[in-house]
Amino acid sequence: MKLIFEKSVSGRTGYSLPDLDVPQKPLSEMIPKGLIRKEEPNLPEVYEAEVVRHYTNLSRLNHSVDVGFYPLGSCTMKYNPKINERISKFDGFMYIHPYQNEKTVQGALELMYNLQNLLCEITGMDHMTLQPSAGAHGEFTGMSIIKKYHEDRGEYERRKVLIPDSAHGTNPASASMCGFEVVEIKSTKEGLVDLEELKKNLDEKTAAIMLTNPNTLGLYEREIEKIAKMAHDSGALLYYDGANLNAILGKIRPGDMGFDVVHLNLHKTFSTPHGMGGPGSGPVGVKSFLKDYLPIPVVEQDQNGLYYFNYDLPKTIGRVRSFYGNFGVLIKAYAYILFIGKEGLKEVAELAVLNANYLRKKMSRFLKIASDLVCMHEFVVDGSELKKYGVKTLDVAKRLLDYGFHPPTIYFPLIVSEAMMIEPTETETKETLDKFAETVEKILEEAREDPEILKNAPYTTYVKRLNEVLAVKQPILRWQKGENVKYTDL
Amino acid sequence: MKKYSKTHEWVEVDGKIATLGISNHAQEELGDVVFVELPEIGKEVKKGDVLCSVESVKAASDVYAPVSGKVVEVNTELDSSPELVNQDAEGKGWIVKIEINDESELNDLMSEEEYKKFIEQ
Repeated sequence: MKLIFEKSVSGRTGYSLPDLDVPQKPLSEMIPKGLIRKEEPNLPEVYEAEVVRHYTNLSRLNHSVDVGFYPLGSCTMKYNPKINERISKFDGFMYIHPYQNEKTVQGALELMYNLQNLLCEITGMDHMTLQPSAGAHGEFTGMSIIKKYHEDRGEYERRKVLIPDSAHGTNPASASMCGFEVVEIKSTKEGLVDLEELKKNLDEKTAAIMLTNPNTLGLYEREIEKIAKMAHDSGALLYYDGANLNAILGKIRPGDMGFDVVHLNLHKTFSTPHGMGGPGSGPVGVKSFLKDYLPIPVVEQDQNGLYYFNYDLPKTIGRVRSFYGNFGVLIKAYAYILFIGKEGLKEVAELAVLNANYLRKKMSRFLKIASDLVCMHEFVVDGSELKKYGVKTLDVAKRLLDYGFHPPTIYFPLIVSEAMMIEPTETETKETLDKFAETVEKILEEAREDPEILKNAPYTTYVKRLNEVLAVKQPILRWQKGENVKYTDL
Repeated sequence: MKKYSKTHEWVEVDGKIATLGISNHAQEELGDVVFVELPEIGKEVKKGDVLCSVESVKAASDVYAPVSGKVVEVNTELDSSPELVNQDAEGKGWIVKIEINDESELNDLMSEEEYKKFIEQ
């Protein structure tokens, strides 16, 4: 398929403008010379039907949650009810502007205020900011708050952040971005935080411990209260990565486990279509002793019941985003929470955990599971045994595409060899789970008979096996005229 | 004689100079290597310190110094051909030469036999 740029024909347009009814003036009279571009912008010249067909055809080559099963571990690719989309497109939400007077957007502010409170209730935190645009952005915001807290107390020597070796890569990255030194904590054989290791590294130089619970192997950290006590006794704070919140919704709360700072991924847990760049939303919740450090503004309500943006937090870490966050995602999360209700959220967690364990048990008949423990919302397959068939996890993943499934997350977490991380979510039926398990089993049979079948997969997709090395070594991030490197041998 | 660390580096010593890289097993686990971040010549490292990093299509992974000493030479061929690590991890894919401080540190490392057993566990 050609790129839209390659369909460009000089002079072809997709618009028609009315006749000019104001005096024509040269551009140089209206815009300073230095700001006028010297070359024409490189835009495709196409007409309307071409544009529509191009993007419709592109979308048909894509896999999405609306097309089929998408068990991408750690990403919570649940089905997103369409009613959320409809509500987020209400005129009252669509046609307001962030520069509007607060008095004229009371409804939007009320939604943000209520959502802050609902998220506080769900996570067991006292205050919440809705500004961060995504999970990693939330992590950065949360870690900045922790940094400011220690500095405010004069404890400048707290530079260390302890992170388990199973953590999401964004955790050490966010901590480093904040200027912290990252110390990796080894996991136990079971895949849980090693308390001895933690104790050894926890001291008066530790600023925080970053954890996900359930953790990246999909296991519940049973010693979490002990960990929280250890952290607090040494003066460090406990940070909760909300990537796996789906497993515990309405059941237990990070705030009650002893976490001081929490970030959420509204686009995962609270149902916004996501992947490939967003938009997402990563609110950060804190306990009351950290309220003063939150980014400004926060939405509050005055004595007369009016909602307003409060910029008066003298110790704030400052702004972390222009305006007020990805408002559209906030609407969807709010609609989802109200629609599904308190009991519904509990059921989400129950079914997410049930589905994961059903699939885990079923797949354990023909694949090695990384941990023997009962899992939460996801589990990790240890694919090292695939070697005996002469194939790798990557080959199995590619072959799944031919059967219409999005592959699971592969080669993550790093502590499991040839890892395959599967998160079915609560929105799938038993039939889908059965079909997926049967398909993986069938692929293993294919591998036994002829590993080449897997090694050359996929066959049915538009793009075949990609040359990943070339794509990393010579990335071409925007179209340019002339020769372009091909990452496939089409 | 070649020796191996638990963090999957190999070392071969000639006099005071230790040549090292990542083991063949490590390159298999990493998959196609796309970038090797070489350390600066003259860098002093202690045993167990991060020496440099290797990036594959799957992940970026730290390489730890199996012995203490000073970096005296790096394999600059890896700049343009990181795939050498995949093709010949324990030969042409060497990463660094270190002038070692304390030869007794080598005693803590594993022999080829022991390493084989270690990775089978």
